[in-house]
Amino acid sequence: MKKILTTLALGATLAAGPALAELTFPSLSYRTGPYAANGIPFADGYADYFAMLNARDGGIGGERVNLIECETGYNTEKGVECYEATKGEGALLYQPLSTGITYQLIPRVSADGIPMHTLGYGRTSASNGKVFPWVFNYPATYWDGASVAIKYLLDENGGSLEGKKIALVYHNSAYGKEPIRTLSELATEHGFELIELPVDHPGQEQKSQWLQIRRERPDNVLMWGWGVMNQVAVQEAANIRYPMDQFIGIWWSGSENDVKPAGDGADGYKALNFHAVGSDFELYDDLEEHVWSQGNAAGAGDQGGTVLYNRGLYAAMIAAEAARKAQEIHGVSAITPAQMRDGLEQLEMTEESMAELGLAGFGPTFSASCENHGGSGKAAINQWNAGEGRWEVLTDYIQSDQELIARLVEEDSMAYAQENNIELACQ
Amino acid sequence: MLYREAGDFKTTYTGDSQTFPIRLDRWGYYLILAVAALLVPLIINDYWLNAVMLPLLIYAIAALGLNILTGYCGQVSLGTGGFMAVGAYACYKLMTAFPDINIAIHIVISGFITAAVGMLFGLPSLRIKGFYLAVATLAAQFFLVWLFNRVPWFYNYSASGQISAPERTLMGFRITGPETQAWAVYLFCLVFVVASAWICRNLTRGSMGRKWMAIRDMDIAAEIIGVNPLRAKLSAFGISSFFVGISGALFFAVYLGAVEVGEVFGINKSFLVLFMVIIGGLGSILGSFLGAAFMVLMPVLLKNVLVGGLGWPTDLAAHLEFMIVGGLIVFFLIVEPHGLAQLWRITKEKLRLWPFPH
Repeated sequence: MKKILTTLALGATLAAGPALAELTFPSLSYRTGPYAANGIPFADGYADYFAMLNARDGGIGGERVNLIECETGYNTEKGVECYEATKGEGALLYQPLSTGITYQLIPRVSADGIPMHTLGYGRTSASNGKVFPWVFNYPATYWDGASVAIKYLLDENGGSLEGKKIALVYHNSAYGKEPIRTLSELATEHGFELIELPVDHPGQEQKSQWLQIRRERPDNVLMWGWGVMNQVAVQEAANIRYPMDQFIGIWWSGSENDVKPAGDGADGYKALNFHAVGSDFELYDDLEEHVWSQGNAAGAGDQGGTVLYNRGLYAAMIAAEAARKAQEIHGVSAITPAQMRDGLEQLEMTEESMAELGLAGFGPTFSASCENHGGSGKAAINQWNAGEGRWEVLTDYIQSDQELIARLVEEDSMAYAQENNIELACQ
Repeated sequence: MLYREAGDFKTTYTGDSQTFPIRLDRWGYYLILAVAALLVPLIINDYWLNAVMLPLLIYAIAALGLNILTGYCGQVSLGTGGFMAVGAYACYKLMTAFPDINIAIHIVISGFITAAVGMLFGLPSLRIKGFYLAVATLAAQFFLVWLFNRVPWFYNYSASGQISAPERTLMGFRITGPETQAWAVYLFCLVFVVASAWICRNLTRGSMGRKWMAIRDMDIAAEIIGVNPLRAKLSAFGISSFFVGISGALFFAVYLGAVEVGEVFGINKSFLVLFMVIIGGLGSILGSFLGAAFMVLMPVLLKNVLVGGLGWPTDLAAHLEFMIVGGLIVFFLIVEPHGLAQLWRITKEKLRLWPFPH
């Protein structure tokens, strides 16, 4: 069926005129299911950025961008189906926006030779480019996030967390378990007690976890949540009158959708972020002019300026810049997945390059290399202002504990390399 | 006229009691087998393998297993997802502990381990029936998922709590891991499916199957005519779990490659397999295949038509898919409460008389 349809579609384009080479970017999105509230703004941002590039510049380096959207519902089986369905169409880069699907795809993309970029999610130790040449997770990883949160808390508490209790409320999946290793290392280093509170998929039921928090009275609560779990957790925290400014979410637990349902109760809730919030960027004028006003906005078109919409833009921007870099390196405009990988590997984000794109000060600066696919590991703390209904940036970008994370990444990735008989790259 | 048995005489008892007594049926069966074994491997690609054939084959084994328990023995089970998880984790532990042993052997052993676990959780069936048993198996589902999440030994203390299948070969061909060839993986699963269906079919028409059906139809009457309920029920649990375990092991090792127990083997999976059995037809081998095909192929087909063919937005298509598949389930159950297999049976009856029904 699929084949016939593709052939028909191909035939139609061939008949219509000279064949146009295109840059194909699949978007494995989820606009349905318990994670849709977070999946929709990201997918919209991702699609709008490419639509804007097509309308404004005619694509990237003269090649139009062909965005194929495929609905995964945050489900790994559908994710695999989407991957198999799109990889034959010349996909250049995968961004599955799901740690579970990322784990599925890491061996597959490595075998098929298609790069994958997991923007601040996925497998943290994939930042070791020697073991995972096809996977990129800059600008920051979960372990960076854990380290930044603890650094911020150290700062708040005069440099010592001795004897403190910190609870981790996490999605009981690969995603939520990811920071535990770093946090337990940090717990022994700084002498705080870590309380682990798993929440099962999809996370609508958290009464017992928050009852435990009420009983144990931890000094701080960290959260690794996603989708409906975030909203429920913030609401539950408000219900037990947990001090909101002691409650810090990872960057996936810090969007408007997560805090708005709790109303004023969510005021003061903090979350990490590795890019700017709001719509105060030149790029937004271009989006307005070339996409929104033309009626071409993805989805309902009402997500502009939200945290996750901005993250979708950021993901698309990195993909586009890497493609541009690849075109520059290889001197061709119709790049292959392998050339795309080179572009990702030599990508450099500076203040100037971001300003040039109309995104001045949007994210941290970083540069990738053959060994380092994890970026600079910087994140800032944002705080929710319920009165005005917006996120406020509290701190500058905080640098994570690179030494500790490098050690943990080395350990974990080498274990993976050994298990799977991987020859190290970058030698 | 097209489909008839006139002139198809049997002169021996074995000939009369074979699985497909009608010649046309038999030919059809051989034809399907030949196409599946000889033609499909030549044309299969990664997309057809991973999106269509693997889920179809593996769910068919799971549905066969559950059909033995629910369809033939009448014991409702909502623990299928949990038992598939047992198969998957058993296979993972075996694969990592004994890397040199053949993967096919690991999968069969995983089936036996699951059978033991299934019999353990089948013990309550000796005292409770119907809805109450469903609740007891539901407890098994939640307990097993919790166990695999909670005890790090099961996932070899990996940081993410995921299990991932290392690369294993069979006769020099890669079966698990990323660099497999579509036809090798397909044939590997096909062998398991054909063997499972063959064993199931012959078990259910033998004395064991008759005992199960006697228990299903009326357990007190079965006891009076000399069926031992302990043996019948526990054997149904054991054999059913054996096949469910094999499907779980294949699901993990061959199909997905990496598994997170809460997501992949959650309660949704139990319901999905139960729906396959109900839609396909309780107490029918063919029904297990039809049910699996319906539940696996329908969403993929709708998605390709709506998104790939008509170019509709993906979210609209995904929502419509739920509605259409749900509507079709209701439709089929109203038209034929005994499932697709019964529909096929009626069609056959009609075809035998066609075009002279009187």
